Amino acid sequence: MLAHALFFYFFSIISVFSAIMVTVSRNTVYSVFFLILVFISVSILFIMIGAEFLGMIMLIVYVGAVAVLFLFVVMMLNINEQLKKENQSKGFINNISLGWIIGSIIFLELLVVIGGWKYKDSFTPLSSLNLNSNLSNTHALGNVLYTEYIHLFQISGMILLVAMIGAITLTFSKRENIKRQSYLKQIQRERSTSISLVDVEKNRGVNIDE
Amino acid sequence: MNEIGLSHYLTLSSIIFAIGIVGIFLNRKNVIIILMCIELILLSVNINLVSFSIYLQNLVGQVFTMFILTVAAAEAAVGLAIIVIYFKNKGSIQVEKISSLKG
Repeated sequence: MLAHALFFYFFSIISVFSAIMVTVSRNTVYSVFFLILVFISVSILFIMIGAEFLGMIMLIVYVGAVAVLFLFVVMMLNINEQLKKENQSKGFINNISLGWIIGSIIFLELLVVIGGWKYKDSFTPLSSLNLNSNLSNTHALGNVLYTEYIHLFQISGMILLVAMIGAITLTFSKRENIKRQSYLKQIQRERSTSISLVDVEKNRGVNIDE
Repeated sequence: MNEIGLSHYLTLSSIIFAIGIVGIFLNRKNVIIILMCIELILLSVNINLVSFSIYLQNLVGQVFTMFILTVAAAEAAVGLAIIVIYFKNKGSIQVEKISSLKG
């Protein structure tokens, strides 16, 4: 239990600190890296309380895909040079008081909600969650996900497909002055339209333009 | 202090949620940090769902967390695509400059 408490405080302090750094840091690349740190520490917390599959999925999906996507966009758009031209601290100072007031109000409300509950002492191990207790977390999730929640699962796949198509069509732009391969033209070519035999007269040559 | 219970995880998630909200209000530099704050908020919701799922011995919370992960990934992809074409058209993604609608 002591080890659990130590690990919990360690990783939660890391995640809260780096969540603050995400919002505060000047350089956008740094805040993406702090976002990655938040995701990693929270996924370790997930693994610690027994949701191993979700922790690993968080690592793969968030750190491997979403954060790298953010990093690509941040590096592609070259924002920092943009920001050097403008004076950047003005708007930040203006909104600090409003942001802190609203954020602390929401945090206090959430603490009131949390504090009013009565809890059990600690977490019971997850293995007692399943009907037969020798199943692992991944196995149990798969049992539920592919039977009871199969429709929601497929709908979430459709959401991913729609998001992919949307992202591609949004960022797709037709470029001019580029020679592209046209399959239809290639297939429809025939010998009669593309080859012509020419008699070459002596000492005259051939006029190609005809 | 040694017993880590549900309330610790809920407090952590509410702290991260509040930081995300504060970040949205605080940030006037660029839209990408606002998107990251939305990711933080979704993450805190995930912490909430997973800790309640372990506490109540019910797998539904973890299944729901997977769907939230899916939607968050889709949202990040589409949002970043919109940001990219906005930058291509206007040359800036500062929040103050995005005022074509005069809102």
